[in-house]
Amino acid sequence: MTESVSITVDDKTIVVAKGANLLSASLANGIYIPHLCYMEHLQPAAASCRLCFVEVDGRSGPVPACTVTVEEPLTVRTDAPAVRRLQKAGLQLLLSVHRVECKNCPANRRCELQRIAKFLKVGLKPGKLAQRFKQPEIDASHPCLNYYPNRCVLCGKCVHVCRAQHRDVVLTFARRGFDTVVGCYGLSGSSAPSCRDCRACIDVCPVSALLPK
Amino acid sequence: MSQTSPHRYRQLRNEADRRRREWNESALPKIHIGMATCGIAAGAQETRAAFEEALAEAGVPAHIRAVGCCGHCYAEPVVIIDHPQSGFPPIFYPEVNAGKARMLAKLFLKEGDPRLEHILGATVANDLIPSVMEFPRFNLEHRLIMERCGRIDPEDIYDYIAEGGYEALADTLGRGPEDVIEAVARSGLRGRGGAGFLTGRKWALARAAAGPAKYVICNADEGDPGAYMDRTLLESNPHQVIEGMIIGAHAVGAGRGIIYVRAEYPLAVRILTRAVEQARALGLLGQGILGSALDFDIEVFQGSGAFVCGEETALIQSIEGFRGMPVHRPPYPVAGGLNGRPTLINNVKTLASVPVILQGGVEAFRAVGTEQSPGTAIFSGVGSVVHPGLVEVPMGTSLRTLIFDICGGVPKKKKFKAVQIGGPSGGYLSGAHLDTPIDFDSLAQAGAMMGSGGMVVMDEDACLVDVSRFFLDFTQKESCGKCTFCRIGTRHLLEILERLTQGEGREGDLDLLRQLSEDVKAGSLCGLGKTAPNPVLTSLRYFQDDYEAHVKEKRCPGKMCRPLIAYYIDLEKCARGCNACEGCCPVDAVFITRDRKRGIDQSKCVKCGECVVACPPEYDAVRRVSPPHLAPVIERPPAEEKDPKS
Repeated sequence: MTESVSITVDDKTIVVAKGANLLSASLANGIYIPHLCYMEHLQPAAASCRLCFVEVDGRSGPVPACTVTVEEPLTVRTDAPAVRRLQKAGLQLLLSVHRVECKNCPANRRCELQRIAKFLKVGLKPGKLAQRFKQPEIDASHPCLNYYPNRCVLCGKCVHVCRAQHRDVVLTFARRGFDTVVGCYGLSGSSAPSCRDCRACIDVCPVSALLPK
Repeated sequence: MSQTSPHRYRQLRNEADRRRREWNESALPKIHIGMATCGIAAGAQETRAAFEEALAEAGVPAHIRAVGCCGHCYAEPVVIIDHPQSGFPPIFYPEVNAGKARMLAKLFLKEGDPRLEHILGATVANDLIPSVMEFPRFNLEHRLIMERCGRIDPEDIYDYIAEGGYEALADTLGRGPEDVIEAVARSGLRGRGGAGFLTGRKWALARAAAGPAKYVICNADEGDPGAYMDRTLLESNPHQVIEGMIIGAHAVGAGRGIIYVRAEYPLAVRILTRAVEQARALGLLGQGILGSALDFDIEVFQGSGAFVCGEETALIQSIEGFRGMPVHRPPYPVAGGLNGRPTLINNVKTLASVPVILQGGVEAFRAVGTEQSPGTAIFSGVGSVVHPGLVEVPMGTSLRTLIFDICGGVPKKKKFKAVQIGGPSGGYLSGAHLDTPIDFDSLAQAGAMMGSGGMVVMDEDACLVDVSRFFLDFTQKESCGKCTFCRIGTRHLLEILERLTQGEGREGDLDLLRQLSEDVKAGSLCGLGKTAPNPVLTSLRYFQDDYEAHVKEKRCPGKMCRPLIAYYIDLEKCARGCNACEGCCPVDAVFITRDRKRGIDQSKCVKCGECVVACPPEYDAVRRVSPPHLAPVIERPPAEEKDPKS
């Protein structure tokens, strides 16, 4: 029998299992916190999208909810001004490298970026930041997949599911810094057949940056 | 059994003492050449070859010994000659190139004349010649950690043992781990890698962590531009670091050690590898160290050049064979590090401090430095200073003493403008902060940070916007690309700074810079991103005028940003007939005026500044101005008059 802890999130009291993940618990209780990279089974959390910030009483500054393990009663605010400011800044940064062409995008209406922008009540625009796109627009080097670097938010979910599904990992991060992309470097012909039966990366992508050929 | 470790150590020490005595008693002259990377770059290998050749020619037998670096970069290649028969004490010679080496071999080593015009001073006080200890560069320093650097042969373990090396280990092995941790905690030693976390507390956490298989990692992934303290320590005295690691292993109960050193430090890698082998051969590593129950061995792991791998979680990923990307903490490495096991990660300087503390005593260590930051700080002072190099000063020394007394101040009568402390993640401090004491808390309060110990001094000709652009260019290239803020935010910061340095700054850019910097600082995952905006934030705070001039007047106060400057020739000073500037101009922008002086065609000039260098100092006629329209218009005569033969 797991012990339970009661926590207060935005004045709402919820009871969660001890050791639960704060982001996961909030989402399960109908409290939405913007997030892109969180995966239930990935331990420790990637914490790379930097959107699920919350304020936790007793901790200085916003912390990513996906990195908080509930061990004791907590008081959490998901809508503090500092949190919202960081979330909007993070979203604008992502949009400064994202082709906003929703009409032509297969992710339209189920896109996580759209959902987050709507939730934060901001437009799908990068604010004062200049837009910077990668070349080429489509990476077609994989035999069954096309990769769209200017849609990708580099949440890394595809890389993690690929690692979990295959013995010979196909997808990985390539290059670094601003030029980081998801790549299939060193892919041999033999991996391709397993990719044909596996759509894990395509299914997990929140923005349709990976599509079947 | 632990009782035998002092006995085993005594045997090693006796052998080391015997070798040392033999060396000391030799009547032959002894030539010590600083052969760390810095010395070799300055030509120490040529110096050594010249000594060997000239001594053979002159028929003078002598010992030539490669030692590490003593930190006096301005004086490289450094040679210390101990020539007992000449009657002189050991003498420190700076800048000994091959020619000087041949001269010294002949005149001093053969004929006994030390050529006093070439010396810096004697290394010890004496009645004959002045000692180096009369210079502030020597006497204001306080060498605890670097004491043996440049004096001993880093490739000979006995040289370290003869200096009392490994004595602290032998003593420690007879004490309980808690006792050792308690001593380190009481010393107040703080991590020298930058953050200043209490070493004793970290060790206690690692000790308390569950699990028998623990690791000790020495973080030698030194990557800050202009910082080379760790490299020098590893190349000059590797055993002090290894001793610190073994003591750490005993304290926390670790069985394996890894030195994570950059592959770009090939000499350090070679010397470390050799040092580990020597320690193993003498029973200082391996099973039952010095006859005790401690089993511990060290391997040298080479990093592949990513700056971010200096961050401890990325470093662990890198050792595990993954892409060097930081992982969210907690769990901290002391709880779950390499292969999920408790891992103690300490910086090179932290580990090198441990034997010093345990050998000299906690009280002696605490007597140096401040209450909150005991001990010494090692800085690599570079940039616009007369005596650049590695300096070790007590914590609490003021920046003014460090820059103006020890490093000799700003050369060429220029004014001091700023000092950047803590590498690309540090901040700039202005003249108003010169009396800030150097310690973890005071520097952090002023907006800079101790960092790993990089210190770059800038004079009045520096453009803080351009230097910030340089550091941002570095951090954004070195960002691993994992988290949104660092990956994309640092690129936008860089683009705005580039815009400013090109004279394309816009209204609102400074606010955008400030806001974006705050966001990247608050939002990033690891230390790299959290500190990357520091150069921008501190320069905006202390040097806002520089930024405003770039945006509002399209003027670069330091006259560094090329699109914002122009070169012209002061006709009052230009000498008729001199052709130095015209000859060096790569784009034929220099022309001859009607009265046979020189002018610069602004439409052709690429602002390389070669003409400034070429113009003889007695004329000093080339001027640099910002903004460019301040350059007086000197018309190029029509083509037919240009023929120089007329």
